[in-house]
Amino acid sequence: MATISRQFKETAMQRFFFLVALASITILVMITVFLFMEGIPIFEKISIKDFVFGKYWYPTSDPPDFGIYALIVGSLSVTLISSLISIPLGVMTAIYLAEIARPGVREIVKPIVELMASLPSVVIGFFGMVVIAPFLQNVFGLATGLNLFNAALMLSFMSVPTICSISEDAIYSVPTNLKEASLALGATHLQTINRVVLPASISGISTAVILGMSRAIGETMVVLMVAGGAAMVPESLFDPVRPLPASIAAEMAEAPFRGDHYHALFATGIVLFIFTLVFNLIADFISHRYRQTGDATL
Amino acid sequence: MTTDKPFKTDNDDMEAVSTEYRFSSAAEDMSGKRSEGPWKSTSDRRKIVQAIIFNIFRVAAGVNAIALGIIIFFMVVNGISAINWTFLTQPPTDSMTKGGILPCIVGTLSLSIGALLVAFPIGTASAIYLSEYAKPGRVLRLIRLGINNLAGVPSVVFGLFGLAFFVTYLKCGVSILAGALTLGAMTLPVIIGASEEALRSVPDTYREASLGLGATKWQTVYRVVLPAALPGILTGGILGVSRAAGETAPIMFTAAVFYTPYLPSSIFDEIMALPYHIYVLATAGTEIEATRHLQYGTALVLIGLVLGMNLIAIIYRAKLRRKMRA
Repeated sequence: MATISRQFKETAMQRFFFLVALASITILVMITVFLFMEGIPIFEKISIKDFVFGKYWYPTSDPPDFGIYALIVGSLSVTLISSLISIPLGVMTAIYLAEIARPGVREIVKPIVELMASLPSVVIGFFGMVVIAPFLQNVFGLATGLNLFNAALMLSFMSVPTICSISEDAIYSVPTNLKEASLALGATHLQTINRVVLPASISGISTAVILGMSRAIGETMVVLMVAGGAAMVPESLFDPVRPLPASIAAEMAEAPFRGDHYHALFATGIVLFIFTLVFNLIADFISHRYRQTGDATL
Repeated sequence: MTTDKPFKTDNDDMEAVSTEYRFSSAAEDMSGKRSEGPWKSTSDRRKIVQAIIFNIFRVAAGVNAIALGIIIFFMVVNGISAINWTFLTQPPTDSMTKGGILPCIVGTLSLSIGALLVAFPIGTASAIYLSEYAKPGRVLRLIRLGINNLAGVPSVVFGLFGLAFFVTYLKCGVSILAGALTLGAMTLPVIIGASEEALRSVPDTYREASLGLGATKWQTVYRVVLPAALPGILTGGILGVSRAAGETAPIMFTAAVFYTPYLPSSIFDEIMALPYHIYVLATAGTEIEATRHLQYGTALVLIGLVLGMNLIAIIYRAKLRRKMRA
């Protein structure tokens, strides 16, 4: 009798934990459902093609224009330029931490990177606004310091820690015997890093880079405060832009509840959500398809 | 000038000598001395290149530290003068151009604690499933995919979701409750990740000993694994709270308002919050330039809160890891 109830309890607990573990997927599904529920109605007014490729975003004029092409270009350009800064910086820091730094230094620099990751985005945005923007304006003689370049610079702050910590894990977990074999053949430390360690950890580093870019494209407060907010396709590095998240965050408060503008902002959210979802699925695919399994990775 | 393949430039007639050379040069390479013989310049060049590149890496790592240092420096230097007892204990006055930030501090604390109450039990239980019960297979793969993708959802999309689901559909209104639920959904992956790491770092010998004594799986988890992993799990909780405290976009449409003179009296009240207050003062305040010191002060308080919690968690975790290794 006692065994039966024990067994019953065991099964019950296992079921319970399984159900709770489904919470993340459930939330993800609900996010999708509610985004689409509130976003789809705009497509009764405007076709998906006109929405995505429409050149003008004038949601409050009469008649309104809901074309998010400039916002998408804004988001992509900010993300690409920030990744030009954050990928080299993040990966180099990761190599330094995993391969070069002495244990003492490593134990100081690693927490610094983790602290960087925890800086609230609104503080970074604020910093970009009050310190970097006036600086850029004076140095380059610009009309405004709130622009594409400033936003990209501040965004790289947000993605460097992501890129660095995931790459570092990948580099650190390259088996020692691979490195020892290379060193024993007379290769220098640098040659070993370049020809053995990096090829062995490339899948982890790619995952890190993609997740870093995904973080950058979805980051809201920084681009809201620093990117300048002009809904137009940028022509130079110092043009103001209006990335997707900035547009949503700035306009939702004033959009009439369940009006066209409100639905259009949710539809913008769908586009943003799809972008990050694709980034994350690619990262997931790479990390599983090319999983690091010891010597077999090379 | 020797090439990258020094052996080809060797004396063909003295094989034995060249072997000797090879050994001695390798030995001297290792001890860091200059090697002699025909390989001298290659070896030197390799070392110089390595030194240059390693220093570039070192500088890259330094840039991060300097960047973090500069941000904190600016916030402290400009914000410290704004912070005094009145600032921390009074509500804003004169259309938010004077006074303090008490409602924001209270709001941020209640939001992040609320988020923890939501995410901590669910996150820990998910982690228990992942680390103790789950068997490799398609279901586990799907759950992990869900967690990873949830972690990648942009914060503003969480805000939209919170607005559509908690505020509108569940009729919570713009309230602490809606904000805490939204933030809870967002911090869930952070807590799952940290808890799972903590559970996995409990040695298998603990589990085997307990199971060997005839305890069931659940008894083992509850009495042996969880207590051993608890410090690590709590660290994850702290990281989750600090993440929730610093976020702005998810609470913009779900919990936070420009200004309210009252402190919240129930979880259905709307509130002010530190991150949103910084944003409002810096972009939409009545006198942006004149309230600069208030903005810096608020940012400093927020940084102090978030970085302080993180620092505690990081130091504590480093200690735990050292203990685990020993």
